[in-house]
Amino acid sequence: MDMMPDERGYYGEFGGRFVPEVLIPALEELTEAYCGAREDPAFQEEFYHLSRHWSGRPTPLYEAKRLSELQGGACIYLKREDLLHTGAHKINNALGQGLLAKRLGKKRLVAETGAGQHGVAAAAVSALLGLECVVYMGEEDVHRQAPNVFRMRLLGAEVKAVTCGARTLKDAVNEAFRDWVTNVQSTYYLLGSVVGPHPYPLMVRDFQAVIGREAREQILGARGALPDYVLACVGGGSNAMGIFYPFLNDPQVKLIGVEAGGQGLESNKHAASLTAGKVGVLQGAKSFLLQDEDGQILSTHSISAGLDYPGVGPEHSFLKDTGRAQYVAVEDRYALEAFHLLSRTEGIIPALEPAHAIAHALKLAGSLKREQVIVVNLSGRGDKDMDIISKMPEVGS
Amino acid sequence: MTRLASVFAGRDHAALIAFVTVGYPTVEATLEAVPLLEKCGVDVVELGIPFSDPMADGVTIQQASYKALQNGITPAKCLETARLIRQKVDIPLLFMTYYNPVFRYGLDLFCADSSCAGIDGLIIPDLPLDEAGLLEKATLGYNLDLIFLIAPTSPEHRIKEIAQRSRGFIYLVSVTGITGMRKNLPLGLNRLVSKVRRLSAKPLCMGFGISTPEQAAEVAVSVDGVIIGSSIVHLMGSEKDWKPAVFEFICSVKKALVETGTLL
Repeated sequence: MDMMPDERGYYGEFGGRFVPEVLIPALEELTEAYCGAREDPAFQEEFYHLSRHWSGRPTPLYEAKRLSELQGGACIYLKREDLLHTGAHKINNALGQGLLAKRLGKKRLVAETGAGQHGVAAAAVSALLGLECVVYMGEEDVHRQAPNVFRMRLLGAEVKAVTCGARTLKDAVNEAFRDWVTNVQSTYYLLGSVVGPHPYPLMVRDFQAVIGREAREQILGARGALPDYVLACVGGGSNAMGIFYPFLNDPQVKLIGVEAGGQGLESNKHAASLTAGKVGVLQGAKSFLLQDEDGQILSTHSISAGLDYPGVGPEHSFLKDTGRAQYVAVEDRYALEAFHLLSRTEGIIPALEPAHAIAHALKLAGSLKREQVIVVNLSGRGDKDMDIISKMPEVGS
Repeated sequence: MTRLASVFAGRDHAALIAFVTVGYPTVEATLEAVPLLEKCGVDVVELGIPFSDPMADGVTIQQASYKALQNGITPAKCLETARLIRQKVDIPLLFMTYYNPVFRYGLDLFCADSSCAGIDGLIIPDLPLDEAGLLEKATLGYNLDLIFLIAPTSPEHRIKEIAQRSRGFIYLVSVTGITGMRKNLPLGLNRLVSKVRRLSAKPLCMGFGISTPEQAAEVAVSVDGVIIGSSIVHLMGSEKDWKPAVFEFICSVKKALVETGTLL
């Protein structure tokens, strides 16, 4: 099983390379280097070794018994990416691409970050590999994810606050692209999700697919059968693509991506590009987007900075189009409820991003039978969100 | 011969191509600026349709786009503005924008309406050759030129193909970077120009970062046209009475180009 985009980087009608000419040679070089690395046992061995001894793989698949009992119905398992080094699945991709940057002889990394998890991961990898690191972060996010800004600086990265546009993730991506366009000879762009021009969606998926490979093996070990559902939150979509990908050829496993419903789809304050968007071209790829009728990109809203993005990876658009995966939106308030519930029933404080997936899992579980199984990708831990949560009226207590 | 092609026929100095963001600071300003630019001797005007996420633009055009969008500028209003401008000027008009607004409008409809409004060609900086097939077909149907960009990083096989498929002229990006004013242009521009010249006889115009008469003169010795954007946009946005400032600036650039002549 190895599903590849076509040679132009298309998944069905989605993907491609919509970037200024100046970047095309760099993307071609990157594609070639990545394809080489993909087949190179030495590269894969180094990636595996560091994933194991530095990042902390494999992560457990944990049966959340109290959470499942509380809800009744299906049994919920959590894939514990929150236990990884730096606190989220983002490290898998940052490590893979960091090694690739080294292979390409680049000395400087740029990255964008929303919640700060990818920025922290990029900063940690840069420290590990001795690379210079600049992280672009929307000014709005610099404020709401302050602890991660501090962590990036501790790790030796320079954090640049982006003051254009809505000052969130999308604007940080634009700024990172502008830096890359300007410094393309010396710089590697470490893109943090399955978005952007080919080969990024492919590379990031491959580096994240370890989540799904482990989860598939673990659930087979624990239950002797595949799960009925696999759930993950979707902003750009890297943790979801990572856990979905190894299940794509198991048609009995239903895949559900959970987007940020914000204050409700009808409020227009959300970030649900697959559920409520239209096809367009943004930041290098054709995919579903939140845009107005003139093709201007809309500003998004989510309680979780990591889901606050108006686009989504092209392979998700393809999975939606073909019906292989289904996408739903969960509002801020339900994500918050799930956040508190998981903290109190299982002693696990999730990040607000996967709290969206937990919320949908709880809703779904109630309608399923006891012997059915839902695997949820718990993509990150909640430490970074303490500040936001502490300013909210407590829910569900 | 198209209006754009005739600009490059039998010249003794480099053409001057100016960029303005439609609706910045106001639509009225755009309507006044283009005839003024023509009066200063500008040979071609690029009308920028603002996009929310201008990835290839520096801070000047980013801010202008943002402001124009806040002013309620849409592709439809840009088309209407172009139609009004066409009634006032004879020089070729090009639309410069990003792909998504064009895609959303509908490629064929956008080309039909642009052509109808008196537009001569399109420049889409985030649409490289590899993705341009459909728009290329649509532009051909409406006698619009689709102008492609060559970057300093473009390898020879791409330069060849871009040169072959670019219609009207070839847009040579002077820097590996984004639009915007720069103190110094990069070294080795002549080498870049001669590399492209060896592979194509089409008119070659250089843009990105050219912001003074001196810089314009510096590149004019080897190219067929010089493109100036951010400096004009900057003047229009920062000077309360921008018309004399723009007039003076553009006339000085034009003078520099005429005096430089051409080595060709």
